[in-house]
This record gives sequence, structure tokens and C-alpha cells, in this order.
Amino acid sequence: MVDKIAFEIKDLNTWFGETQVLKKITLTIPRNHITSIIGPSGCGKSTFIRSINRINDTIPGFRLSGSVVFEGMDIYDKRVDPIEIRFKIGMVFQKPNPFPKSIYDNVAYGPRIRGIRDRVLLDKIVEESIQKAALWIEVKDKLAKNALSLSGGQQQRLCIARALAVNPEVLLLDEPCSALDPISTGKIEELLLDLKQQYTIIVVTHNMQQAARISDFTGYFLLGELIEFGDTARIFTIPKDKRTEDYITGRYG
Amino acid sequence: MIEIDLKRLLKKQVVGERIFLSLSFLALIVVLSSLIVLIIDVIADGHSRLSLQFLTGFPSRKPEEAGILVPLVGSIYMIILTGLFALPLGIGAAIYLEAYAPKNWFSSLVELNIANLAAVPSIIYGLLGLELFVRMMGLGRSLIAGALTMALLLQPVIIIVSREAIRSIPISIWEASFALGATRWQTIRHQILPLAMPGIMTGAILSFSRAIGETAPLITMGALTYIAFLPDGIFSPFTVLPIQIFNWVSRPQKGFMVNAAAGIIILLIILILLNSLAVWLRNKFQRRLNW
Repeated sequence: MVDKIAFEIKDLNTWFGETQVLKKITLTIPRNHITSIIGPSGCGKSTFIRSINRINDTIPGFRLSGSVVFEGMDIYDKRVDPIEIRFKIGMVFQKPNPFPKSIYDNVAYGPRIRGIRDRVLLDKIVEESIQKAALWIEVKDKLAKNALSLSGGQQQRLCIARALAVNPEVLLLDEPCSALDPISTGKIEELLLDLKQQYTIIVVTHNMQQAARISDFTGYFLLGELIEFGDTARIFTIPKDKRTEDYITGRYG
Repeated sequence: MIEIDLKRLLKKQVVGERIFLSLSFLALIVVLSSLIVLIIDVIADGHSRLSLQFLTGFPSRKPEEAGILVPLVGSIYMIILTGLFALPLGIGAAIYLEAYAPKNWFSSLVELNIANLAAVPSIIYGLLGLELFVRMMGLGRSLIAGALTMALLLQPVIIIVSREAIRSIPISIWEASFALGATRWQTIRHQILPLAMPGIMTGAILSFSRAIGETAPLITMGALTYIAFLPDGIFSPFTVLPIQIFNWVSRPQKGFMVNAAAGIIILLIILILLNSLAVWLRNKFQRRLNW
């Protein structure tokens, strides 16, 4: 079922201080597919996805054991620079978090910190990225406007454009639609389906319908454990674990 | 029955509300009126001396010929030099404490000490400046020694306001930048500092206006001398407005009292200008932080 592997995660345990958040997570995430992570609040989905680009490293008291192998390289190896990981693995957060700068500067920030100064090239990257994020028509005449003047859904697509501008291989999305209305959600879902041709996408979601609609593979997390992982169609029709079944049929808790 | 109780309760609350309002209004009146009395008194005493001649005049034994140019220029030099030393150091320390320092007993100790230093009387800083800059480093009673002493005095305040300003930037901005592969320094340089700068500058300007009025540390350093010429460099001796005012007040002649009052007016005008700048920056800042 899986031809190419993006991530091989083995025995992943994480702690914040003394609290263990993830327990022995082992799974394989395929390349160029959408993998969704579902589960109730506090089950460790966000911690999991944030471990994949090492952004949890910035939180004091965070510890981790086990391995996350990305394209053959253990990203938690001592020789690996987290900056390099984040070059390749982009992330979009739950609450749209554009910088309070112009739309253009938001998208150009990533390329700029990689040393791209050429205005023509930057213009090209900005336009292409915003186009990929299906936002170009809405903002092409106001690139100099502050990004905070956009609606929530537009801001989130701008954040996706910003992540795409640095040409990552993977896109992580942590509940990208939870702050958005259904129309914006629909747009982002369509967008993700388009993007999976080029990117490996991992999306954390509260919304089971969303997981069922867009993802090829689904993992169900509960209390820091991975209960079940597999083909989305199968997980939603014939779950193997009783707890998964309870959750997807709404009998959780 | 219940309705009647509610009405009585509301009535009681209204009375309480009125009492509190009058008390807080009274407090405002007391503060404002003493300030107004001070200003009126000073203007009444000093307005007759306010002239171009006073602003551009050099010190003199005759009160009607004495001017304020030397201390005015001294104060301006002083504040610019102080800013040059105090801002980079204070903001740098704040960045270290907010963005790099590990949270352990050492950083807590540093934090506690900074808060304590902010409360140390300014005359103590004067003694420190006298020993360290004037004597040990051999800078003499120069502008630079004075500015370094003032910079030390302002350091805790600038560190505290800068940390507050940096901390007010939401974590989501840090994370957005990190997620794009930015280093900590790139994030600070391109995202955090530009956003925190108005807040930092507001606090810094307020602390500068305090420094302009500071007299004690400079007197301790030995800056209370008769200076009849403009400073010609950072190693030149100097005097500043509050010292000149102090000097004039201590003279017996009536004319120097008038000069002192006029000097106070000039000092107040500078303070008002600086504080307005701080308020303007703060308003601009609040509008921008609307996300």
C-alpha cells in the first residue's frame, strides 16, 4: 500500500517536565499522501506533530526519546541542526499567525532568511507561493497591505503560502481549520488535496469528517498512545480497535 | 419582596460608586493642583528672564547677564551619550534574559538583583561613578564619566521595560519564525525587536526624562563646578540644567532666584517634550499590536 516512506517513527516518548505526553509511538508516514492525526483534546496530537519539525525544542522542559527518521536521517541525531529540519519541514499552526507586516513580507521572510535578496526572484517566489495557496486572486492587488487586514481564512492560507515559499518537502498542519468558518475550511481542504502531489502532508484535526474527506491515512491518538493507524477508508469503516470505533462513532467518553 | 431588596442593593451600590468616584477625583485634583501651583509659581517667578539672551548666554556674576546655554548643551550631550551607552546595553541584557538565558537559579538571582538595583538611591550610583569612572578609569569629571554613571543608573529600568516589551510579543510570532527555519537571532532581529521597539523606546524615553532631572549622582561625581564654556568633546568638563538651577538657588542675590525659576521652566519644557514623545510612541504601539 505504501510505496515511498517519508517518516519512520519508532518508540517516540516525549515529556514536558515530569509529565509524559507521548508513549511509545511507532508509525510510518508515506510520502506524497495526506496523513491525518485524530483524537480527543489532550491526547498528544499537537505534541506529536510538533516533534516532527523539532519546534518543541524551543519549549523549556521538553525531552524526547526514540527516533524520528526522515528520508533516512534521524532528525534528533546530535549532528542534525534543527534549523535544517525546519527548512525541509514546514508548519502551519492552529491559530493563523501571520507576522504583523505586509502580505509580501510575510511570504518573503523565509526566502530572505535563507539569503535570497534578488528582488525579481523574491517577487517570483512570493507570487508562486501565494498562487499555490489559492490566495493570489484575492491579494494580488494588495501585497503591500498588512497581513492582519485579511480575514481569518485568508490569513491561514497566507500562512500556508509562507510555509511553501521555502520549498519544503513536508507540510505539517496543526488543526489548521479549527479557527475558520466552513467556507474557508472547504478552501483549505481543497488546497491540501492539490498540494499532496508535491508535498507530504500531515494534518492534526479535531474534525473526523475532515480526516475522512481529505486524508489517505489516519492515526488515532488517545492519552498519548497511538491506538490505531492505517488506511483512512478502513479506519472509518472497519476499525480494529474498540476504542477507535467508540471515538469515530461519537461514543467516546 | 425580592424586587425591593434588589432596589435597596442597587441604591447602596450607586452610593458606593459615587463615593469611590469622588475619592479618586479628589486624588487627581490634589496631584494636579500641586503640579499647577508649581508651574504657576515658577512661571510667575521666571517668565521675565525667558529670552533668547537667557538661552544663549554664558554664566556671569551678574544675574541679568547670566545665561543657560552651557548647562542646556551639557544636558543635551549628556542625554545623547547616556542613550548611546544605556540603550544597547539594556536592550542586549533584556534580549539575553528573555530569549537565551536558561531558567535556573542564576537567572532568578540576576532578575532579583535587577529589580533591587532599580530601587537603589541615585546618589549611590554617583559614588560608584566617582570611584569607577572618575578615579579608577581616570576619565575625570568629564561628560563621558557622567554619561556612563547615568547609563548605569538607567540600566535596571531599561532592562525591565525592554523585557516587558519583548514578553508582550505573542509566542505564536516566535513559533511562526522558528517554523520557517529562522534562528533565534534572526527571529529577534527581524520579528521580535521591530515589534517590541516602540514599547522599549517608550520606557527608555521616560527613564531619560528622569535622568535629565537627576542631580545627585552628578554632584557626587563632582560635576558641581563653575563651567563657563561649552563642552568641546566627551572628555570635557560639563554642567547640566538641574545643577545650574541648584547653583543659582544657593546664591544670595534675588536675580539668581529669577534665573533659577527660568531654568526650571526650560527643564520642564524639555521634560514635557520627551514625555509627549513617549506617549505618542505608546499610542502608535497600541494600534499596531491589534492582532
